[in-house]
Order: sequence, then structure tokens, then C-alpha cells
Amino acid sequence: MSDTLLDIKDLSIEYHTEFEKVYAVNGLSLKLNYGETLGLVGETGAGKTTTALGIIRLLPDGIGIVTKGSIQLDGTDMVHESEEKVRKLRGKTVSMIFQDPMTSLNPIKTVGDQIQEVLRAHDRSMSKAELSRQVDEMMEMVGIPSYRKTEYPHEFSGGMKQRIVIAMALVCEPKLILADEPTTALDVTIQAQMLGLIRNLQKKLNTAMILITHDLGVVANTCEKVAVMYAGEIVENGFAEQIFCQEKLHPYTRGLFNAIPKLDVETSRLEAIEGMVPDPTQRIEGCRFANRCRFATPACSQEPPYVEVENGHFIKCHLFSGENRSGKTIPETVSGSLTREKSVVSEKEVS
Amino acid sequence: MAENNILLEAKNLKKYFKIPRGNVHAVDGINFRLETGRTLGVVGESGCGKTTLGRVLLHLYNATDGQIIYRGNDITHYTPKQMKSIRREMQMIFQDPSASLDPRKSVQDTIGEPLKIYKSFSDKASYEKRVLEIMNMVGLAERYVSSFPHELDGGRRQRIGIGRAIATNPRFIVCDEPVSALDVSVQAQVLNLLMDLQDSQNLTYMFITHDLSVVKHISHDILVMYLGQCIEYASKKELFQNPLHPYTVGLLDAVPIPTLTGKKLGSETIMKGELTSPVDPIPGCRFAARCPYATDACKGEDIPLKEVSPGHFVSCTRY
Repeated sequence: MSDTLLDIKDLSIEYHTEFEKVYAVNGLSLKLNYGETLGLVGETGAGKTTTALGIIRLLPDGIGIVTKGSIQLDGTDMVHESEEKVRKLRGKTVSMIFQDPMTSLNPIKTVGDQIQEVLRAHDRSMSKAELSRQVDEMMEMVGIPSYRKTEYPHEFSGGMKQRIVIAMALVCEPKLILADEPTTALDVTIQAQMLGLIRNLQKKLNTAMILITHDLGVVANTCEKVAVMYAGEIVENGFAEQIFCQEKLHPYTRGLFNAIPKLDVETSRLEAIEGMVPDPTQRIEGCRFANRCRFATPACSQEPPYVEVENGHFIKCHLFSGENRSGKTIPETVSGSLTREKSVVSEKEVS
Repeated sequence: MAENNILLEAKNLKKYFKIPRGNVHAVDGINFRLETGRTLGVVGESGCGKTTLGRVLLHLYNATDGQIIYRGNDITHYTPKQMKSIRREMQMIFQDPSASLDPRKSVQDTIGEPLKIYKSFSDKASYEKRVLEIMNMVGLAERYVSSFPHELDGGRRQRIGIGRAIATNPRFIVCDEPVSALDVSVQAQVLNLLMDLQDSQNLTYMFITHDLSVVKHISHDILVMYLGQCIEYASKKELFQNPLHPYTVGLLDAVPIPTLTGKKLGSETIMKGELTSPVDPIPGCRFAARCPYATDACKGEDIPLKEVSPGHFVSCTRY
């Protein structure tokens, strides 16, 4: 058996609505080994959730369509396999933790029943005593006393509900968890508890995880690998040490780092990335970030190559291709504060 | 601190909501003074009463007890009519730009509404000119003047909300989580805008947020709330360098920092438990149930705020 659990090649996903086509994911390639954790970072509309839904094949029927590429998950072709077979994999091989714990639980079923349901879906022959034992064990593992299994979701607080959702996702010990912004709806203190819990369980069960988030701080705390998405593609991909040392970065990733107000450094003004994410209903030739990029050149109207700037660290940008491979020409940070006038000038230069 | 420089002062401000089980102590005895041109950051977890505090100050809720003093006048018991005269000076920016804008109003109608209410223009041309002026101030291109909120993205929508708030030349703005719904790159744009406006218009902000890095970036002074009470109050620098209350320390520890060298979450430092019920809380430190240092001294009666060093107040029995 090879080490590769998930192998996505050149994946494109479109949403077809009555009026328009939305190009949500555009030629995305990604590999993940057994037991690895990957942080999938990006802003709203970057296609992070769509990618996850594609992997577990829960895209809205007839609307979300895989137009190109392949997804191999643990030896199964997730794009073409029959629905019956895929249903058996969900929960067992791959499971998903959704963003909002308030809406991902059934309000009229006890939490114990909801955890049990996952087990029963995969093994009809399991005895009542065995089911009950496994539910108890799982609840204790996520830090909820098992006597509370007869309670309903509304009797739990937000953090506790998220623990239940995590228990449901992990009870069949899947090989891959897709955690879609699992802590965004929670307060920081609860978020810290959840991240600790997810990390400990992930290590204990040796599960691979894709953690979708917009928060680089969350990624630094939980993931070994990082992939940065922008407008439906991965613009940067590497090990956490390579990304967070911030030596060589895609201009967009650099922008993300600079835009975060920092707790440890005093800054008078934030370096915002001017402009907006491109309209996903339009196809864009060349680099999708070019119109917001300070380093954009005429070459950016061509599709940028993936350059391996160091071992396992890929950047999709012209700045790193050819002679510039070392990325030395990019200033670490732009000195001083970036004023609005300056960025307007650079936008004009691009157009 | 010159006395006449105080724009807004709250004295033992309380707001209780009556529910069948008793009273929700949403705001329970808050004191602060806010100087002109400064930003007071209010931080705390959801349900700690941050938003209620902001709304009580603007008379969107009537205070249960205590005093609100605005520019030397006690406005606590102002009638709606009296409030109208000063409301143009006190505005609010809301959290969710998609929910706080009227979907049937164009950008011009939304930003122009406060102008119409206060009849602060002489003819149609000057009205339109003023709207464009405001749009320019908040960084909205003129071509959006007749756009509707659904046609714009979150960052631009929030700029409309800010434009509406500054239309009447206010002195004081309550910013209630104005950037929580935005992506980081857009969040930075909006934070910069708010800081620029503060400088150019000499605005005073109360900035409500749960995000400590944002509050650190924008505030001069910070008030940490826990279950309706102020548990620590200090200048930004002092609070971040020398946090005293165990809750503040825990809150700072819980923030994930985007570096690999920093501390990792998931160790013992993480605060256990969750907020307790705000319904008729028993007297004593509200945080005691989660506090690693709690002793019997924390129970029985409320812990008053104590000035431990100049300008640094904390309510904890350890100090």
C-alpha cells in the first residue's frame, strides 16, 4: 500500500445555476498521506468548502458539477464511483465536521442516538450493548460525561455541541476528516479547547485531516502542511515550517500575513490587500491574483507555473520562475506603511 | 486628563432583562470615562454583554440603573424627543453589513437617510453632493451611488454602514464587531478606514469585538468584560504587557498566533469550562467557577474594581 491517502489531480468544479456558471474550483491538485494534517487556507469564496464537498461527494445534485480531473481517496475514484459505494465510505473512510454546530445536529434526536446512527449505518449487525459501549467511549473521549447521551442538542452549549459533532465524525475512526471551519462559530477560549481536542484525537487515532480555515493562527497550531487557496486554485503549498518562516511566499500569502493585526508586534497601520476577490462567474486568463498584486508584470497575463522553490514547497507565481527561482527579488516586507495612493498606482500599472 | 475632555461617562450602568426565570444581568455595574478622540475597546466572549452595553449608551435600550453622562449632561432619562437632538452625534456601526442595510435602498438612499432626517441640506444638488462626499470619505467609488446592497461585496457593504454612521458628523460611534464578518484582507482595509476617519474627524469610538488582535490594533484603552461586569480596565499597552486578571490572561493565551515558534494551544494553560448563566448570578466573582486561583474569598460578595497601578483597574481578590 502506498502512503498516499488522497490524490486530487487537476480538479475543476463548477456550479451551474439557471442564470450563470460559477467556476468554484479551477484545476486543483493536492496530495495527502495517511495521518497527515493539512490546513486549507483562503478567503470567502476561494473554493475551500467546494473542494471538501467534492472529496466527500456532497456537492448539490445537478448544480455542483465536477467538470475535470480526478479524486482518488484510499483507492476509490470519488468522481465516478457509484452512489451506493460512496455512501458506505462516508463516515467510515471520510467524514466531515461542519462549520456551525448549531445547525448540523438534529434537534429532535438525543445526541446519543445521533452518534449511534453513524455506527449503525456502517454495521447493522452491531448489538445494542456494543453500540451503547462505543457511544459512551466516544463521548468520554471528546470530554462529555456519557450520562448526558439522553439529552437533546438544545441542552448543550455551543462548545459542547461542537464536541458532539466531532464525536459523530470520529466514531467510525475514518481515515480522513474534513473539518470545515470547525471553530469559527466559537469563542476563542472554546476554540482553544476544540483545537486541542481535535489535535489530540487526530494523533491518537492517526487520522488524516484537512482543516479548512481562514485563520492562519489556527493552522499554525494544528497542521503540518499548508495549502493556500485563491479564486479556486492552490497558489501555494508546503510544510508549515516553510510557510510560517515567511521567507519565500506567494504575494497573496504574504498579503494575508501582513493584513492580520498582530498581538506580538506593534503596528500603526495594516497593510491591506487592496481590491477584491475576482468574480467567480468570469474565467480569468493568467494569474488570478494579478490585479491585486503589487509585483504584477505583463508576464502575469500568462498562466503562472508551479515552481518548487524548496523541497516540497510549491508556489504558483511568475516571480519564482526561471532566473528568479530563489525569490530573492521580492522584498520581505514593504518598508513603511502602504498608503492608498501607492496601491492605486500599482493597480493602474497592471491595467 | 482634563475634565472637560471627557466625552462620555458611564457610572454604575446596569441593564437587566426580565425573563420568566428571573433577570438576565446583561450589563451589571459598568464604569468608564471616554475622552474625545480616543477608542475604548470592549472585549469579551459572546454573551458577556458587550453589545448590550453599546446599545444602552446610545439609548437603544433604557438603562435599568446608573448614569450615562454625555458632554457633561446626564442623558440617562432623556425622552426620545430629547434624544433626537443628540442622536446625530452618537451613531452606531453594526456587525453584519448584509443584515443592517435595507435591501430596497440604494447606496445614496441609505447614506442620505440620516441627512434627510436631520434636514442637513438645502436643495437636491447639495444633498447629492454631500452623499458623494461621504462615499468618497469611506472609499466607495461614485459609480456605486445607485447600487443596492446585494450587488456589493461584504467590504463595500460595511463601507456603506460606516458612511451612514458618519453622515451626520457624529462625535461618538459605537462600532459593534464591524469587521467580524469580513475576510482578513478586507478587514484590514476597513480597520485602516476607521482609523483614518478617527484622525480626520476627531471621532471617539467604542469598539466592541471578541477579537483581541483587532482590539489591540485599534484601541487606546481596553475594557475586558465578563458576564456583564468589567473585570479589567487599562491602557492597551499596559493590558497586553501586564494582564492581571486570570480571565484576561486566559483570553490572551487562547488566541492562536500565526507563528510556529510561539506557544501551542492545547496545553494546561487553556481555560476550562464555559460561561456560566447570567440569570440572577450569585454574588461573588463571576469567573470563580473557571478560575484556577479561586478561593473562598472569591465568593459571597462582588469584587470591586481596584486600581493596582495608575490607570490599571482589576477586579480580583489576588490584587
